[in-house]
Amino acid sequence: MRHEIVEKNVGLLAVLILVVISFAGLAEIVPLFFQKQTTEPVEGLEPLSALELEGRDIYRREGCVGCHSQMIRPFRAETERYGHYSVAGESVYDHNFLWGSKRTGPDLARVGGRYSDDWHRAHMYNPRDVVPESVMPAYPWLFERTLDGQHTADKMRALRELGVPYSDEQIEGARSEVRGEQEITALIAYLQQLGTVLEGTR
Amino acid sequence: MNNLWGDSLSGFWSAWIIVITLGSIGLAFWLLYANRKTDKTPDTHGNVDTTGHAADGIEEYDNPLPSWWFKLYVGTVIFALAYLVLYPGLGNFQGLLGWSQESQWEEEVAAAEERFTPIFAQYQEEPIPELAKDEEAMQVAERIFLNNCAVCHGSNAEGGYGFPDLTDDAWLYGGEPDNIVTTINQGRNGLMPSWQQLGEENIENLTQHVLALSGNEHDAERAERGAATFASVCAACHQPDGTGNQALGAPDLTDDAWLYQAPGQSLADSIRQTLRNGRNGHMPAQAAYIGEERVHLVAAYVYSLSQED
Repeated sequence: MRHEIVEKNVGLLAVLILVVISFAGLAEIVPLFFQKQTTEPVEGLEPLSALELEGRDIYRREGCVGCHSQMIRPFRAETERYGHYSVAGESVYDHNFLWGSKRTGPDLARVGGRYSDDWHRAHMYNPRDVVPESVMPAYPWLFERTLDGQHTADKMRALRELGVPYSDEQIEGARSEVRGEQEITALIAYLQQLGTVLEGTR
Repeated sequence: MNNLWGDSLSGFWSAWIIVITLGSIGLAFWLLYANRKTDKTPDTHGNVDTTGHAADGIEEYDNPLPSWWFKLYVGTVIFALAYLVLYPGLGNFQGLLGWSQESQWEEEVAAAEERFTPIFAQYQEEPIPELAKDEEAMQVAERIFLNNCAVCHGSNAEGGYGFPDLTDDAWLYGGEPDNIVTTINQGRNGLMPSWQQLGEENIENLTQHVLALSGNEHDAERAERGAATFASVCAACHQPDGTGNQALGAPDLTDDAWLYQAPGQSLADSIRQTLRNGRNGHMPAQAAYIGEERVHLVAAYVYSLSQED
C-alpha cells in the first residue's frame, strides 16, 4: 500500500502535513499582506509620539492587554458602548498589535478622550477610589518611577524599519521628550490617543 | 444583484484565494474517492484484502469506510460549497446573500434606531423640568447615567475628589437645564492657575481669607491681610465677594462645598494646595458618544437630582 511510504517516513509525513495546513494560511493570511484595507493607514493616523510610545511599552509591560482588549467588533451592543467598530487601517503602525482577546475590564480601543487625565491618574493609583466595584489592580509604582528615555530613539528607529513613518526630528527629540516624565504620564498619553482617529463616528 | 464582486483584493489575489480554496476542497474530495473501496467480498481463496499492517501476526483488514462516515464527509464538502456560494469566501465574490459584517451591523443598528428613536424623540420634545418628573423617563436616564457618567461622578452622583457632586446645589457652570445640557454636550475645562509666585506668606493669608468666606474656622488677622490680595488677584474670577462666576466655572467660595478636598485632608491644606499648584478640571464632551437626545434625557436626570426634597 502506498500510505505505508508516508507512514514510515516521519520527515516526509511532516512535510506533507505542513503543505496541507499551509493551504489555509495561504488562502486566508497571505492575501492580507497585499490588501489595501489592511496595509494602508486610515486618514489622519499618526505614529505614536515618543511619550505615547513609552506609554505603550508600559501598557505592554504591566500586562494591560491580558484584561483589556482593543478591538471593537461590529455589533450594535459594542458600538453603542465603545464607539465605531475597529478597522484594520487604525492598526497599521502597531507592532505588535495589542488587540487582546480577553475582557475582564472594558475594551480600550476608543478610550482616548473619554475620561480626563485626572480620572486616569486617580483610577490607576487605586481603581476603587473612583469605581468602588472594580477588580482592577492598583499601579502606584507608575507614580514613583520616571523614564530616562535611553532607548526611546532606538525603539522608534526599529519601528521605522517596520514601516512606521517617524521623521528624523522626532527620533532626535525622543529622548528629551520623555526624560524625567513619570511613567503614569506616558501611560495616560498613550491611553488618551487610543482610537481618536475615528472619534465621534458611530 | 449587480455587485456580486467586490474590489477589496486585486484580481491576482482574488484568483489565488479561489484556486486554493476550491482546489483544496476538490483535493479532499479526490482523496476520498481515490482511496475508496466498496468491495469487501473475499477472493476465490477466501482471503480478504489487508492494509499490509501486521503486528504480532495480526493483520489489519482493508475494509470499506463505514457508510455514515463516508456520507458525513460528503456532507461537509457539500456544506462548504453551499457556504461559498451564499457567503463571501471566494476572493472578491460577495456571495448570493450579499451578507457582510458591516451590513449585519447596519441592519442591527437600523432595527434599534427604529425602535428607540420615537421614544427618545418624544423625550426630546419635553422640557427638562417636566421630563425630570417623568418616572419612566428617569429610569431610562438613570441607566444612561450609570453607563456613561457614573465612572467619574459615582453611581450615586455624589462625585468624589476632583469630580463634582451633582446632588447638591453648588454648580460650577450653573444648574439651570440649559447649563447642564451645554456642560454634557460640550464638556468643560476648568483652569485655576498656580499662585506659587505670590509666596508662602500671601498663600497662607489667602487660605485664611477663603476659610473666612465660607464661614469656617480661621485666623482672623491673617484673613484680614488676605483680603487685599484676594481683591487684586482672585476677585477677577471669583468675584469680590467670593461668590464665583458660573460663566467661567469659577467656584463659589462662600457655599462651603469643596471639590478638591482629598479624603483625610484638612480643608485648609486643600486650599493651600489649590493656591500653590492650581487645578485643572476636565469634563469630556459627551455629545459625540451618546448623541444629543440622550444628553437631553440624562440632563433631566442630573437636574432632577438637585430638585428633590
